[in-house]
Amino acid sequence: MQTLEPILAEHPFFKGLKPEYLQLITGCASNVRFDTGTYIFREDEEASQFYLIRQGKVALEIFAAQHGPITIETIEAGEVLGWSWIFPPYRWHFSGRVFEPTRAIALDGKCLRAKGEADHDLGYELMKRVAQIMMERLQATRIRLLDMYGDNPGGRL
Amino acid sequence: MTFTLPEPMLPQLYRIQHVRREIPDTFTLELEPKDGGEIPPFGTGQFNMLYVFGVGEIPISISGDPAKRRPLVHTTRAVGTVSMAMRELKTDDVIGVRGPFGSQWPIKQAEGKDVVIAAGGIGLAPLRSVMYHISSQREKYGKTVLLYGARTPTDILYRRELENWRAHFDLEIYVTVDRATGSWRGSVGVVTQLIPRAPFDPKNTIAMVCGPEVMMRFTVVELEKRGVALENIYLSMERNMKCAIGMCGHCQYGPNFVCKDGPVFQYSQIQGLLSKWEV
Amino acid sequence: MNTTLPKIHDRVVVDRDHLQDLFVTLANKGYQVVGPTIRDHAIVYDTLTSVADLPIGYTDEQNGGTYRLKKRADQAVFGYAVGPHSWKKFLFPPVKRLWQAKREGNSFEVIPENDEVPRFAFLGARSCELHAISIQDKVFMRTEYTDPTYQSRRKNLCIIAINCGQAGGTCFCTSMGTGPKATSDFDLALTEVMGNDLHYFVVEVGSQLGTELLETIPHREASLDDIQLAEDIVANTAEHMGRSMDTTGIKDLLYRNLDHQRWDDVASRCLTCSNCTMVCPTCFCTTVEDVTDLTGEHAERWRKWDSCFTMDFSYIYGGSIRASTKSRYRQWMTHKLASWIDQFGTSGCVGCGRCITWCPVGIDITEEVRAIRESESTPTKAAKEQN
Repeated sequence: MQTLEPILAEHPFFKGLKPEYLQLITGCASNVRFDTGTYIFREDEEASQFYLIRQGKVALEIFAAQHGPITIETIEAGEVLGWSWIFPPYRWHFSGRVFEPTRAIALDGKCLRAKGEADHDLGYELMKRVAQIMMERLQATRIRLLDMYGDNPGGRL
Repeated sequence: MTFTLPEPMLPQLYRIQHVRREIPDTFTLELEPKDGGEIPPFGTGQFNMLYVFGVGEIPISISGDPAKRRPLVHTTRAVGTVSMAMRELKTDDVIGVRGPFGSQWPIKQAEGKDVVIAAGGIGLAPLRSVMYHISSQREKYGKTVLLYGARTPTDILYRRELENWRAHFDLEIYVTVDRATGSWRGSVGVVTQLIPRAPFDPKNTIAMVCGPEVMMRFTVVELEKRGVALENIYLSMERNMKCAIGMCGHCQYGPNFVCKDGPVFQYSQIQGLLSKWEV
Repeated sequence: MNTTLPKIHDRVVVDRDHLQDLFVTLANKGYQVVGPTIRDHAIVYDTLTSVADLPIGYTDEQNGGTYRLKKRADQAVFGYAVGPHSWKKFLFPPVKRLWQAKREGNSFEVIPENDEVPRFAFLGARSCELHAISIQDKVFMRTEYTDPTYQSRRKNLCIIAINCGQAGGTCFCTSMGTGPKATSDFDLALTEVMGNDLHYFVVEVGSQLGTELLETIPHREASLDDIQLAEDIVANTAEHMGRSMDTTGIKDLLYRNLDHQRWDDVASRCLTCSNCTMVCPTCFCTTVEDVTDLTGEHAERWRKWDSCFTMDFSYIYGGSIRASTKSRYRQWMTHKLASWIDQFGTSGCVGCGRCITWCPVGIDITEEVRAIRESESTPTKAAKEQN
């Protein structure tokens, strides 16, 4: 049976980690797959896992009373899904709904969090990587906020 | 190009054969010369100056197939006096056409390489002629990827054609919207987010980018991050144009005249200008 | 009368009393003579019918934002520098209809212009102005496109140049390498010589037309003394320029200082009135206006001088690219002194000083360049470029 370690080592999120950390993380990893329409997680549920998407498409949704579910963003192959596992209150802010059949590596965030608290070097490495993803998402969100394809970029009259 | 242009400030008369409503505010005109003459050959990326009788003239990219010159095709967004007046025109109405003007997309330099076409909003219109060209000469190009970002699903331009290219022409088409509406099941996110996972070899790629300046700047950043050399990235710029022949001075961008040194520029040529304010 | 006619580069002497013969000769050859004349307390360029129309015995006092006519102690015919007009108004008309159109149902007909092309003789063109014409030649007559209006007027042009006998208060042609001596592109070049009750012109022949003109103008061969006198007058002019500009590496100097604080400084003074672009002999920007009559049946396209200082100039849907005064002044100055070199191979500035004289707040292009240049060599970073 092929271990997940080489796959994790290759992934941009885990690149450059010390081998012992990588082994540790592999111990918390498993292969998962989801069919279209599945909700991987729902708003407000405990966020104990996060996912490296290998194939497929997952939509981050929020349910707005009269409007039904609204897709905020889609997370696709190569991207990381979920950072709520590392920040209190450790609950998902959005629902994750599968748009296309998805294969991913699930990681036990709760376990990693505990290990990061115990070993701050590991904690720092994890936090650096999560911060990088957040930065990229924030940057992309800012660009979308500009509404640059419209007549009114940045809300100017 | 050996075709001699008539007096460059005199419009040639073209009759509207067909008006197609595209997405809200955007329409496509298909034109034929009024007296059945020749349509001058054009290169991808070039534009014409379109004149509405008594109203004025604006530069619009040619978005048709360069190999199939008739009819002459222009997609326009109605945002100003002239384009709004143009939107009211009907089949058989006559408009004035001057051109073609401007520099072209590097379709020759791209032969034998992978091609990334990144478009935002109405920016897909000047790049459609490239898509036509590549799909008709598919064997000359490597992996070809179109990355298209629109505001919402109702703002996706040429939607049916995108489906057609995806289905029939060995072209990778990725579409994303800034905001999802209704039952959209495609990608939601800014077009630059499509770049990291797009299938092309950055070491052997020509990238052609067109859209709002902000979008183009961020797209270049992502392409560069993936290892595309700056001299292999081409952008299409837009400025106020009155004459389109480099004499009225309005379209200047640094030392460049966008009407004749552009609108297509190699990124390395204008790199220093893009981040400067009010240049 | 001489029996052998002078050839190109030969110098002859024409007496002041025979200057009128030049007018007659030009008129007989079908030229419309235009040149300096006084109107509204300034020396402008307009149609001249005789020597009497010239500003005889007048001079100008120019400085930043200042122009005054003064009477001279003598009766010099060309004893002044340049005024608010430049010759571009003749070759490149400020307002020009390009074509007309007539509506026909849902179509229309385009009617091109059938201009009568005037044959101008520029009487009194200075060396800086000859360079300006040569610079505009490069703008309007190119391999891909040529402006037919400019080309037709340029082809028929006769130029009677004047070698300046005094430098203007804002002149800096020596800095730009454009004068004060006219060296080419003229048919005749005159240097006015006065003294000891003598008043004559040393005339250099510049073309075959120049030789032909002299056929009907009484003249004598210039002596070596005459020639030396004329050279001395011009050399003296060169020593008394009102301004100067160091053009060493000026293109890169301006290109690397696009964010310099000095632009904010000049923006606080500039009114964006566009006077500088109107008086500049090389500024060539135009706009195109499409108009109709009230019935909507008849349309016309007009070309008019425009200025990069207006808000509209860089407008594309949504707003202007150059909205701030700072960006517009920077555009004008960097175009004139830097980008022009990349575009056309020469500077766009000929050192005539008009922009300094006619700026209502006296902004001085030579001073702006000096300020930026000096800020780079001072050890303190007080006025350094910001990013």
